Amino acid sequence: MPDIRAGGDDQLEELYREVILDHYRRPRNRGCVDGDGAVAVELQNPTCGDEIRVSARMDEGRIADLRFEGRGCSISMASASLMTEALRGRTPREAIAMSARFKAMLMGETIPEAEVDEMGDLVALSGVARFPVRVKCATLAWNAVLRTLGAGADGD
Amino acid sequence: MAGSTAHGEALDVSSLRARFPILERRVHGRPLVYLDNAATTQKPVEVLEAEQGVYLRYNANVHRAIHALGEEATAAYEGARAQVAAFIGARDPRGIVFLRNATEALNLVAWAWGRRRLRAGDEIVLTPMEHHSNLVPWQMVARETGARLRFMALDERGALDPDALDAVLGPRTRVVAFTHCSNVLGTITPVAELCRRARAVGALTVVDAAQSVPHLPVDVEALGCDFLAFSGHKMYGPMGIGVLWGQPRRLEEMDPFLGGGEMILRVELEEATWNAIPYKFEAGTPNVPGAVGLAAAVAFLRAAGMEALAAHEAALTTYAMERLGTIPGVTIYGPPAPRGALVTFNVEGVHPHDLAQVLDQEGVAIRAGHHCAQPLMRRLGVVATARASFALYNTTAEVDALCGAIERAREFFHA
Repeated sequence: MPDIRAGGDDQLEELYREVILDHYRRPRNRGCVDGDGAVAVELQNPTCGDEIRVSARMDEGRIADLRFEGRGCSISMASASLMTEALRGRTPREAIAMSARFKAMLMGETIPEAEVDEMGDLVALSGVARFPVRVKCATLAWNAVLRTLGAGADGD
Repeated sequence: MAGSTAHGEALDVSSLRARFPILERRVHGRPLVYLDNAATTQKPVEVLEAEQGVYLRYNANVHRAIHALGEEATAAYEGARAQVAAFIGARDPRGIVFLRNATEALNLVAWAWGRRRLRAGDEIVLTPMEHHSNLVPWQMVARETGARLRFMALDERGALDPDALDAVLGPRTRVVAFTHCSNVLGTITPVAELCRRARAVGALTVVDAAQSVPHLPVDVEALGCDFLAFSGHKMYGPMGIGVLWGQPRRLEEMDPFLGGGEMILRVELEEATWNAIPYKFEAGTPNVPGAVGLAAAVAFLRAAGMEALAAHEAALTTYAMERLGTIPGVTIYGPPAPRGALVTFNVEGVHPHDLAQVLDQEGVAIRAGHHCAQPLMRRLGVVATARASFALYNTTAEVDALCGAIERAREFFHA
């Protein structure tokens, strides 16, 4: 674990779990999906100026490729990286359901035991719920992918 | 925490700090180090008592009540106007219009003067470092009138040479509007010289002084501008009170912006005539406790001494730039001193949001983001920056706390 002074830092450890710092430093699926049928959506977080571009390609009703580019804080970039891993290979319906669960987790809802496995590493972002200002950072990439699926970005 | 500062002999920082109860707060178990003063300053007890005193002792509506409380409230409100006028060197208190904040003041000029007088092809000159509040209203008025926006160029460090105005000044220039002190770069602009050159072509001059009036002695007659806007809450006063100062003859040539009570002289069913300045711009019941609180803030600043305050903050800013400059990976934006009491910077490998989050856990409050200056952020090639901004109660020990917390953030993110 990163070393940081003891004291009020438990919350910080809760927010910046090792999985998040790892995805921030070594983002997965960074780049752009090109070619026939690729769809891209760009979004900005108006409160901080963070930018993200998510691109996807569907094949046989599933998200065959999903990538992101952008500039932002560790929470927004790690969330984007984790998202690409979580949603690749899923149907749009599954992706929308996963997004709803993820957003519910950020609003502080407890994840049902049965869904924890399904959420995988995304659970690492549950600490964001205690930092309301950062929820928009964590949802930026998800709102972008929802738009690539034509689902709109609920609640934002 | 109230340590001595390089110029501490002039400003008694520890007794000034004692006037701000909020500075005794602890945040996440650590002493609060409040370095977000360019967003809003804390308020001394003098201001809080003055504001509350209105409601406790003489609350009444102003200007029309024929009773003791109304007379006292009116006297306090008009007294506040005179004190604020004197503070910025305005000879005539009628030039002081009480509004909500600097944003509302700049909008008033843009709409009441600009929309009515600008024609298609006229030019509005700005700088690329304006706060959105001195950019977006002009964009809106330009869209409505067909006027064009032109921008003075900054040098590579973000300083503004008066010659940059000559390069964009033309026969169609009608308005030159600019910040006195940039809330991002800390750039202090040569206001008097810019106003002189703008006046020479007959252009109206509008100064956003939200970041200068709290930190520097400001004298509107010496600056020679037509309008000057600032906010109470950035100068130790309450939120919800701000000031537009205008040359009385300029205010007189303008029509009101809002209609309603107080701003009229005579009302018929079909039409009305306007009250005298400044009342024609103060429609509706004004923020009397806010104005009285602002006057208390002005008295507080005068007692501290603007020259001493400016020297203290300049020393603190120089110290902060030196200390931050020794931290590996830190980039500081903006020109060298003399500059405003703030330092905008980035730490390589640590996004400003993440930096602010780690600093907050250490009790250190700074700002992270675009600082309501997105075009400037794009020019700097960044999406966001971190900003530490100072007030009269800050100390070198607090700058040390800031730097220590930045070092810990770097360790945390392995930057």
